[in-house]
Amino acid sequence: MQIRGLALLLLLQAAGESIAHACALPFPGPVVGMALLIPALQLDWIREAVAAAAQLLLTHLSLLFVPVGVGVITHLGLVSRYGVQLLVVIVLSTWIGMAVTAVVLRGLLGGHAAQSDRHG
Amino acid sequence: MLHKAIGMADFVQLWVYLASTPLFGLTATLVTYAIAQAFYDRLDRAPWANPVLWSVVCIGGLLVATGTPYPAYFAGAQFVHVLLGPAVVALAWPLWQRRAEVRRRGVALVLAALVGGLAAAGSAVLLAWMLGMPGEILRSLAPKSVTAPVAMGIAERLGGVPALAAVFAVITGIVGALSAKYLFNAMGIDSWAVRGFALGTSSHGIGAARALQVHEDAGAYAGIALGLQVLLASLLMPLIFRWFA
Repeated sequence: MQIRGLALLLLLQAAGESIAHACALPFPGPVVGMALLIPALQLDWIREAVAAAAQLLLTHLSLLFVPVGVGVITHLGLVSRYGVQLLVVIVLSTWIGMAVTAVVLRGLLGGHAAQSDRHG
Repeated sequence: MLHKAIGMADFVQLWVYLASTPLFGLTATLVTYAIAQAFYDRLDRAPWANPVLWSVVCIGGLLVATGTPYPAYFAGAQFVHVLLGPAVVALAWPLWQRRAEVRRRGVALVLAALVGGLAAAGSAVLLAWMLGMPGEILRSLAPKSVTAPVAMGIAERLGGVPALAAVFAVITGIVGALSAKYLFNAMGIDSWAVRGFALGTSSHGIGAARALQVHEDAGAYAGIALGLQVLLASLLMPLIFRWFA
């Protein structure tokens, strides 16, 4: 079941890569694949197959970042030179991004949304 | 004495052999992550016990300590890494599941994602520029709030370094996952939807993974935010940089 879903996801990624390349789209292949999958989920057999694989991949999403994260060891020179400043930049900008998004969304949704979330 | 020396040499030889096969990178990644995840669960999922953070620290430390080059590790770890592609495609699933809410709150969500994403990228580039960092780093910092595989592609288009962009994205994800709880509590933001969406916008997949573990609504909205950020950043970031360049 999960294998069929994984095969479908890879197929959509490949289709996305091809379309993005052929049409010189600004989106990476997997993003085009994601856009293709949204309407395709209307079909029962696609939805059933994809649900299991998507759940597996998204539950363990953080594992998939470990290989790239370990790549930090190839930039130790840069890290030792700019490490503290880079960390300050990344921490502050991450907080700014979170705070601005939260304030804007809270303002746009109003009290009604917060209430329905708490009770629902 | 002699026996011990031979044992040590054998061990070194065995390590050199094992570290040169793809088996090493794949096994190290999965075993370390499984252990880090078990600790995370035992510690009631405390933000500081983040499994990505500790897996990276342990594996990175092991590679540096043993002098194992990163490509030797990646030869095996790439089998985990390639799954990022289908995982990005799979983001359609949380979007579809919540399609009624996405449709109802669509304008608000897109606006918040747009303003929040611009604030995250803009503040990073501005701060780094004020600290006098080279342009290569600025261009690699810009897409750091987008999930790593997409951030690499965007950085390449901007003229940054894809590998650096990936590392910045992972650090951003970890920082968000570690600190979101305290930031939102301090700001008095109690809606799970808003908390999840803000974490996903700023800290992509690692933030979304954290949100998913904390609350179902927060996880779903983080997934929506992650998908929106991928779309908006891939479309707008190259355009914005072209205006400045």
